[in-house]
Amino acid sequence: MKDSLLRVTDLKVKFDHHVVLDDINFEVGKDETLAVIGPNGAGKTVLFRALLGLVPYEGKVEWAKGTKIGYVPQKLSIEKDLPLTTLEFFGLKEKSRKEIDDALASVGFEEDKPHKGHLSQHVLNRKIGVLSGGELQRVLIAFALLEHPDVLLFDEPTAGVDITAEETIYGLLRKLQERENLTIILISHELHVVYRYANNVICLNKEKICFGPPREVLDKESLEKLYGHEAGVYEHHHEHK
Amino acid sequence: MNTNNLLFLIMVGSAVAAAAGYLGSFMVIKRMSLVGDALSHVALPGMAIAILLHLSPIVGALVALTIATVGIWYLEKTSKIYPEALVGIFFTFALAVGVLITPEPELLEALFGDIEKITVMEGVWAILISLLVIFAVRFISKKLILGVISEELAKSMNISTSTTNFIYLLLVGIIVALGVKFVGTLLMGALVIVPAASAKNISRGITNYYLYSILFGILSAIIGIASANYFHISPGPAVVLTSILIFILSYLFKK
Repeated sequence: MKDSLLRVTDLKVKFDHHVVLDDINFEVGKDETLAVIGPNGAGKTVLFRALLGLVPYEGKVEWAKGTKIGYVPQKLSIEKDLPLTTLEFFGLKEKSRKEIDDALASVGFEEDKPHKGHLSQHVLNRKIGVLSGGELQRVLIAFALLEHPDVLLFDEPTAGVDITAEETIYGLLRKLQERENLTIILISHELHVVYRYANNVICLNKEKICFGPPREVLDKESLEKLYGHEAGVYEHHHEHK
Repeated sequence: MNTNNLLFLIMVGSAVAAAAGYLGSFMVIKRMSLVGDALSHVALPGMAIAILLHLSPIVGALVALTIATVGIWYLEKTSKIYPEALVGIFFTFALAVGVLITPEPELLEALFGDIEKITVMEGVWAILISLLVIFAVRFISKKLILGVISEELAKSMNISTSTTNFIYLLLVGIIVALGVKFVGTLLMGALVIVPAASAKNISRGITNYYLYSILFGILSAIIGIASANYFHISPGPAVVLTSILIFILSYLFKK
């Protein structure tokens, strides 16, 4: 493994005596992509919140010194008539228009595509609550990229996004991976995504079930342990790759 | 009342209404509209106790509001679902107790306010404090908005949403205490909520939204106080009715 960016040791999270995560150990190297998978209620989002220091936990979460974390939250439910345009949303961070435009370009939003003025008219000057799922997701990624983070935490990048937008998002993910010095940690439901994009995968179901490169650790046994009887379906998916 | 006096009252009223409108703009999008109302009711028992102790009612209102603010902040912070019913019950209780213990002669004034009784000193202070509150809200406005969009996102940016909310609620408490003298405990909630609700009807962006909230607050104060003077009616209800008229107009122009 290259230089370590994140080391998690004996992580345990409890809410009111109810153990949500237990005995979690893993490490993420610089420039790697780690996928977090597991069934609903497995504690994936809680793991993110612990990594961000938003919930109390036992054990250790150690980021390399000076690591800047960008966080892309799971699909937000923003009220449709919230009087805030997308451009004003970017304005919540003290950045220049140039920096905002750069961040937008890196998620594929450019002023003259597909036609002149498209971006301003259909995205920037619209209320953020009326953006489509895919647009909002890209806006949130651009928002995180504004800080030039060393690592992006991605909570289900394609939840609530239609199929074309899903492809855009994953294409984007690939482009982001190619950028130097960007580590990605993502939560995903979809195994094909994990195989395609992740160097390592951590399987969670309250505790760590597997950890390592997807092709090595995602065997029948661990998938069965992870998803129970559903495992067959997932494996089927796997064979078609 | 002479003209100078009227002008001064309008200035005081506008300053308080501007600050209330600005604060209200966050309350409306935070979906905490009831809190403005509830807080204004809490002022009453505080004022009553202050009157009984021969202290300034504003001080009493401020103490009561500070205690209530801490209470609301704590509830908001610790419970997952915002306990709206509980807030409603507690604050109606405060209102009932307040009505019982407020001395009869002061009751009407406490309930509906009487801006005409404001002294020059009180007026100058009200203007200064209102301006300070506007400045303070501006300082935390971006943090408040990020908290509305996503608490997690705000926290991931090292913004303490809990501290921001606390400062915000304290500012609301201060303005409600000032406004109670002006429109009374029963109607102060309206001065916080109504201008912002009107502004939301016609604003696309946040800057417009803030400006309209403030502007509608000021307009309500000017038209309300001036017409109360002209028609010899109580200024508090006149101001609130004006703000509601603006709301109806904004609703008709809703985009």
